[in-house]
Amino acid sequence: MSLTGLFLITFLLVHLIGNLQLLAGDEGQAFNIYSDFMANNPLIQGISKGLYLFILLHAIQGLMMAWKNKKAKTSKYAGGRGSGSWASKNMALLGTLVLAFMFIHMGDFWYKIKFDSNSINAVSYAGLDHEIKDVYSKVMETFKNPIFVVAYLIGLIALAFHLGHGFQSAFQTLGLRHKKYTPAINFVGLAFAILIPLGFAILPLYMFFN
Amino acid sequence: MKLTLKIWRQKNQSSKGAFESYQVEADEHMSFLEMLDVLNEQLISEKKSPVAFEHDCREGICGTCNLVIDGRPHGPSQGTTTCQLHMRSFKDGDTIHIEPFRARSFPIIKDLVVDRTAFDRIIQSGGYVSVNTGQAQDGNAIPIEGNTAAKAFDSATCIGCGACVAACPNGSAMLFTSAKVQHLGLLPQGKVEHKSRVQKMVAQMDKEGFGFCSNVGACEAECPKEISIDNIAAMNRGFVGSMFSTEE
Repeated sequence: MSLTGLFLITFLLVHLIGNLQLLAGDEGQAFNIYSDFMANNPLIQGISKGLYLFILLHAIQGLMMAWKNKKAKTSKYAGGRGSGSWASKNMALLGTLVLAFMFIHMGDFWYKIKFDSNSINAVSYAGLDHEIKDVYSKVMETFKNPIFVVAYLIGLIALAFHLGHGFQSAFQTLGLRHKKYTPAINFVGLAFAILIPLGFAILPLYMFFN
Repeated sequence: MKLTLKIWRQKNQSSKGAFESYQVEADEHMSFLEMLDVLNEQLISEKKSPVAFEHDCREGICGTCNLVIDGRPHGPSQGTTTCQLHMRSFKDGDTIHIEPFRARSFPIIKDLVVDRTAFDRIIQSGGYVSVNTGQAQDGNAIPIEGNTAAKAFDSATCIGCGACVAACPNGSAMLFTSAKVQHLGLLPQGKVEHKSRVQKMVAQMDKEGFGFCSNVGACEAECPKEISIDNIAAMNRGFVGSMFSTEE
């Protein structure tokens, strides 16, 4: 759980940095060239296969753990809510929400870019010898629909809470706990859990209101 | 003070239990268990079956008393066992829910009594030192750094009551097992078998059907001896280390 989780955390960071090019204000040139690179570079393609595997591994392992843990507990207590944060006790629910969001997200973009080329126009830029897919316009079009914007925001809120517990929890599971460094890990984890989903949330909101 | 108690009554492991209501007149100087004693005397004089609950030393050091009081193992006081909880923590007219520790690996025997022998089997699997460590003076002759001795002692204060399992939403026994592993593994006499001990005790813990740790931290919050989840991280580190070790 912890190792796959930490890998997915690094993916989120890379994914956000790439996507922030949507805000470059150049009618999507930088973003389209970037997505063309990501779709065709053999190294990136190799890593993305690994990424799909890790996402599946993390999800399957997580659900199996939640199922076994449910079996280990007989019933809830009558009085009181018990100690521990809400997020830490609902990681499976939050993770399932994030997974559902990912299916919607991949259906919106990944599937259409890869298998449904009619839905995306081609565009050419000076300095490029071939036409590339205008993913930028597709993103713009998708986020004009308020239903998608709301769905994305719900997914990102779930992600924020999932990371809020998951980031520091991964270090604890690996036994990386230290009087000096653990407060720093907790701080970075909290900042990550707020800033990364916030960074992603800016994109659909920016597209919707512009 | 007049109290309404909602107590879990269950005839045996296979029967279905339920909460039953009782009225009791208690004194604020009584301990929680003394208040239950008063209730039981009342029930006996009414020719009803008394409430079964476990207790032994009543000094907070044996780990026999358990009880979940208003949803919290050992009740509302921080770092306190049920026997050391006093009725001054409650108000006149309060309704108190009392139920057993709940976990698949702690089956209910009767009313508030649960079977915690799973813990004994975890200890039997590796919670010992197999070599002769001599007499007290031999122990005192081995220099141990103050910090290490203090840490080992903190882990050793675990009384094995099972509140960690009861508090955990996953019914995990990681806090108990890690406290025992660290208590022995930090000291020179126990260090020798540390790697195999970690493997054996974790394997037994899993075999008993306890859940996996997802770092909720409820165990640490409810532990009457305030055992830290530092122990869990240290045991995880030891477990990973033992997987890559070539030692037997």
